[in-house]
Amino acid sequence: MSAETLCTFPMGGIHPPESKELTEKLASEVMPSPKRVRLILKQHVGAPCKPLVKKKDKVTEGDVVASVEKLGANLHAPVSGTVKGVQNALHPLVGNAKALAIETDPEAEPKTYSPVDWTGFSREEMLAKIKDAGVVGMGGAGFPAGFKLDVRPDLKLDTLILNGAECEPYLTSDHRVMLEHTKDIVEGAKIMLKILGINYCAIGVENNKPDAIQAFNRTIAEDTSKNGYNIVVKPLKVQYPQGSADQIMQAVTGRARPSGVRSSVIGIILQNVYTTKAVYDAVALGKPLYERIVTFTGKGIKKPANVMVKVGTSVADIVEYLGGTTPDLAKVIAGGPMMGFAVSSLDIPITKTTSGVLFLAKDEIDTEPYLPCVSCGFCVDVCPMGLEPNQAGVYVEAGRGKDTEEFGVDDCFLCGSCAYVCPAKRPLVQFMTLAKNDLRAAARK
Amino acid sequence: MTESEATTVEAAENAIAAEEPPKAIAPELFVSISPHFKSADSVSKIMWTVVACLMPPLVLSVFVFGFQTLIITLVSVLSCVGTEYVANRCLGRSTDSIKDGSAVITGVLLAYVIPPGVPYWMPILGGVMAIYVTKVLMGGLGYNMFNPALIGRAFLVASYPVAMTSAWLSPIRDASVFKYMGSGADAVSTATPLYVLKHYGMAALIERFGSLSVIYRDFFIGLRPGCIGETSAFLLIIGGCFLIYKRYVTWHVPASVIASVALFTWIFGGEGFFNGNPLLAILSGGVIIGAFFMATDYVTSPTQVTGKIVFGVGIGALTVLIRLKGGYPEGVCYAILLMNPLTPALDRWFRPKRFAPEPEEGA
Repeated sequence: MSAETLCTFPMGGIHPPESKELTEKLASEVMPSPKRVRLILKQHVGAPCKPLVKKKDKVTEGDVVASVEKLGANLHAPVSGTVKGVQNALHPLVGNAKALAIETDPEAEPKTYSPVDWTGFSREEMLAKIKDAGVVGMGGAGFPAGFKLDVRPDLKLDTLILNGAECEPYLTSDHRVMLEHTKDIVEGAKIMLKILGINYCAIGVENNKPDAIQAFNRTIAEDTSKNGYNIVVKPLKVQYPQGSADQIMQAVTGRARPSGVRSSVIGIILQNVYTTKAVYDAVALGKPLYERIVTFTGKGIKKPANVMVKVGTSVADIVEYLGGTTPDLAKVIAGGPMMGFAVSSLDIPITKTTSGVLFLAKDEIDTEPYLPCVSCGFCVDVCPMGLEPNQAGVYVEAGRGKDTEEFGVDDCFLCGSCAYVCPAKRPLVQFMTLAKNDLRAAARK
Repeated sequence: MTESEATTVEAAENAIAAEEPPKAIAPELFVSISPHFKSADSVSKIMWTVVACLMPPLVLSVFVFGFQTLIITLVSVLSCVGTEYVANRCLGRSTDSIKDGSAVITGVLLAYVIPPGVPYWMPILGGVMAIYVTKVLMGGLGYNMFNPALIGRAFLVASYPVAMTSAWLSPIRDASVFKYMGSGADAVSTATPLYVLKHYGMAALIERFGSLSVIYRDFFIGLRPGCIGETSAFLLIIGGCFLIYKRYVTWHVPASVIASVALFTWIFGGEGFFNGNPLLAILSGGVIIGAFFMATDYVTSPTQVTGKIVFGVGIGALTVLIRLKGGYPEGVCYAILLMNPLTPALDRWFRPKRFAPEPEEGA
């Protein structure tokens, strides 16, 4: 693959150490069901779920245990067992969150699913299956897939993009899914193409995963039931944040989404590769989304691994299963190092959107105080949205976050490229977040 | 808190603990906002790299002018670092900033832009002016409006014009590096090429410094009277190019300063128009050090590409204007100082291109 043919986004970006070698070659291993799971009731965009079961109810793996009427996604019992009621659990982003606890029945047999021919299903049937199965965007956003695919008929779509960039350093769960479930993802793409009524799908994969690119090419070439669908792989330059929505859409199609509109307006639907696999599971297997591969990695954990775990499993249980942490563990991050969330405890349940948990050692974390801005302009050079984090930061420090609109604060999606390169180690993502809050508060007035 | 209250809280905590046995795996964990790892470049690493890039001309200057240059530089650096320490100490601020290397850069640059034959108290005074007035009083690194070293120089030129325009050392041709040691203000007064050129013309310059090709060669290597930072264009360009290679500075400011000095000199610098000598204009005086090491100072130069080019062209134009029409033979210092305060405006006028700001009509 020559460098010239690689797609990429037009401005900014960084290339931090990839650090994927810890886990990228490790096949996913299935962790036995934990003693109990806690399903956080809001692990998707939309309203929180309402539990459909009561304390002491018996549930079977795959049962719907909580649902929501409007935008949202069902929750299913990841294990067979007994409901223990609603408890508080720690959520990496919102802190305390309500979660439905289920105690596992160790005797229960795991449920098995077998594929059916989905080609006879209608669009509505497939959408209903996806919504019922509680499929959400598994790359981190958590937008309910059934709603995303239910596009208004007046919008003219032409492209489905599968996001397999996995540009976050360390994380390899999408990589493993692409290798281990290549066929399911291609089938999932066809399901979504049928729902959307279009025939072009591009799979964007960063070029540091040549085996995944090959696997897709082989699967597509060998596929005998294409039905006129045109599915291609687009190798992407290894450049953070290649996997961000705007960046990957621009890289693959050359179209820039104007600020503040949905991607469907420019004719594109974007889905994560893992979400595509979940769509396949929902439609062809009838299997709800209640387990996923999560990358456990970093110098702070004894045995890095890609583990298939039940949604709701506590990180502490998985760490125990993997043999514990190292003595110099200093920081635990739900997600990747660029956009993940540091957590204060290991007792947090895995959600549908947890792609990895990163364990950093003492010598890998930065606890130095930050300096004033020296106006080097590095952050402006690397911003993929063409913003001015330096200026926004200075305004926030001066207590004038509400005056930062002109620096494009609204377009910031917190990729952290600016803070990564800042030689003064300024917390620019924090400044951007504060500026967003101030702007929102000012708009409400 | 009363005892009973404490007991209640404790009881509540015990109750919670009994209900949810804490997992005794995790030690204390750090939490912070993302990103959780950062590039290895820090302000102090960049600053010390700049200092390293400034060292080759100093070494050469010892061979050309003798140890006097090294002493002047050391005095200037000690003055700047000392001022920063004392001033921050007196103001009750952290004195850690002396370790970031920025005061060292100021000291080196100040020594590089004053005549090496001045008495030692001059760089001390200049250092106080540069660090205390220009930097510390403005709020420290990142808040200064002007380049500190150049303010130090401008202050000395205004206060001690005779020493600052005559205490030059002639290059030593007999390789005796101890020739001027300790001579201080008794240094041999000689004239810089720009002074000769301004007041006596090209013929006098050639008479004094040799044919044009000899001048180009000597000026490029650094064998001529002048400040340390005005002599060796070659070594300064090497150092500057290293900074560009490391991506600590971009090429825009140095290139636009040098190109515009050459262009404007060529147009206006000779008899009639389009008759000037651009190469001589670049190699003499402080154009090279100004372009690579002073105009690129982060704090006092714009951050956007267009702004940087406008900034550089402004410096070039003002330099030529001062050289040709002003009272001083050299104008780089004042040109940079005049452009410095325009930096915030330039950043405001020339914004980065946004990814896709406006919703397209009818899309």
